[in-house]
Amino acid sequence: MHILEVRDLVVGVEGKTILSGVNLILEEKESYIMFGPNGSGKSTLINTIMGIKPYEVSSGNIVFMGEDITNKSVDERAKLGISLGFQYPPEITGIKLSDLLKICLDKDLKTDFNQEEKSLIEAFRLSNFLERNINVGFSGGERKRAELLQMIFLKPKLLLLDEPDSGVDVESLKLIASEIQKYIENSGSSTFIVTHKGDILDYIKSKHACILLDSKIHCFPEPRHIYELIKKKGYDECVSCQEKIIERWNNV
Amino acid sequence: MSEKSELKTIPHKILAEASKAGIDINDPVSGTLLHIDRETIYSKVNEFFNGKIELLDTKVALQKYAWLNDYMWQIIDREKDEFTKKVATDFSGGYFIRILKNAEVTLPLQSCLMITERGLEQKVHNIIIAEEGSKANILSSCVQHSAAGSASHLGISEFYIQKNATLNFTMVHNWTEETKVRPRSTALIDDGGTFISNYICIRPVRDVQMYPVAYCNGEESKVSFNSILYAQKKSSLDVGSKAILNGKNSRAEMITRSVSRENSMTIVRGLIEGNNAQCKGHLECKGLILDDESYIQSIPEMIARKKGVEITHEAAIGKISEKEILYLMSRKLTNDQAVSMIIRGFMDVGIMALSKSLTEEVNNMINLVANAS
Repeated sequence: MHILEVRDLVVGVEGKTILSGVNLILEEKESYIMFGPNGSGKSTLINTIMGIKPYEVSSGNIVFMGEDITNKSVDERAKLGISLGFQYPPEITGIKLSDLLKICLDKDLKTDFNQEEKSLIEAFRLSNFLERNINVGFSGGERKRAELLQMIFLKPKLLLLDEPDSGVDVESLKLIASEIQKYIENSGSSTFIVTHKGDILDYIKSKHACILLDSKIHCFPEPRHIYELIKKKGYDECVSCQEKIIERWNNV
Repeated sequence: MSEKSELKTIPHKILAEASKAGIDINDPVSGTLLHIDRETIYSKVNEFFNGKIELLDTKVALQKYAWLNDYMWQIIDREKDEFTKKVATDFSGGYFIRILKNAEVTLPLQSCLMITERGLEQKVHNIIIAEEGSKANILSSCVQHSAAGSASHLGISEFYIQKNATLNFTMVHNWTEETKVRPRSTALIDDGGTFISNYICIRPVRDVQMYPVAYCNGEESKVSFNSILYAQKKSSLDVGSKAILNGKNSRAEMITRSVSRENSMTIVRGLIEGNNAQCKGHLECKGLILDDESYIQSIPEMIARKKGVEITHEAAIGKISEKEILYLMSRKLTNDQAVSMIIRGFMDVGIMALSKSLTEEVNNMINLVANAS
């Protein structure tokens, strides 16, 4: 069974169509890296899979582990095992990071973290942030570290990551990405990562590179190679030349 | 007057009612005073604090100390309005709190004014004197028993913050949908004195109108007015505060968090008047409006009379951010859970500089209303 299937998805914001008929299949226990030019709709797609507004699905379906979730609320999707790492997580005054982490762990707010949880918090270098209001005054790296730790505590089956490497220093990126890889390996979950950069490929073991262009997703093997090709030739040329190669292989 | 009566003889119902507003006889406190309807039925200072604080019914205190007459109606004009006039003509007592010179009162002092009689117009006069160099936390709760129907509360409070004294005074109102409330409070702050006045009104009430004033006359005197207002079920709150900065290097800060829903009206006023070339003030008002039937108005006012006065203000009113709700929902909270968590966070007691036990107390109260919404 596929973990996620997106069929002919049409998505718009305030009447303006952004994705016109996207198809995508993600397999279990696989990691996917999605590239695409600005404005191609990567964030729209990933947010729509999570059910985040203002994106509205006008037709098509999203199926998660065999269940149609197109009309499910965000919390229902989260409970099924989908988790989104926001590109710009909001600041919320009056809610402490520790409280939100406990919510992710499905823990009573009055109980303390156990040793294992504490060491993960420490590994994410967030021990001094627990009493702080969520994301308020956090730097880019601190924000992303808090974001990823929450995701791991949620124990998802599918991690959707919207540019986890943007605005993040080299060390934080290394930390975040290796912890994600560790989690994926241990839990056997899948990941779908939107990125503009290749650095994350140093840590995430992925066999799939997907390029979103004009509402069509083109998936190829060897993300590292694809990333280099995009850098050299641009998205359009990369896609057309890769497709020719595949066609040739198919005809042999 | 039967202020020597033991607290255990007080009907259980009354104690239960008082505990809703944070008054609990089992809490570790430095002193407790209970004034029900027209009389003070209990006042007791924790032995450990003997010689540090004095807690009496105002009428009893007036008999004991002739000098106290010099503090009565000293900073509030008895002719100010119909409510002050009424209390000036006739009052049933109130609390007299005196924190003695250099005393540090580590546990909170609690006083409770309660209405149980149907249709009562409760009239009290409170005098609070924080003597030189003293430090104390007071929790004052005003409660109406739910069976009392429509009633009103007129309360005069005069605060004297003497040299280098610090007083954190937290007032919690726990009225009913039929109570009319008119507190009239003024504070006089001497050199180096700090007065923190916190006001919490998070249960439904018919109508509150108050506009306490602080005169920062002393050099380096400071005042903070902090309010958490949760107007629900047709409540009407007109809550303001005024700070007159006369002293050199005097400071004023006013912070309000107000939530309005279910046909409620909230008006938040704030006035800082700078009369000294070296004084500073800041007003901050944040409001959350939760439906189309409610109303929030913020009226910040700033007056400068000298070159060098610095007063700022910021105000923002809005709805709960959809993005914040969805963010919390992506962490498995339902829409309702996310909304109440945001409201709870918005009513942040962190603004009030409360002691740890009081913070917990107030947080519990806020949790109760936020969860119920």
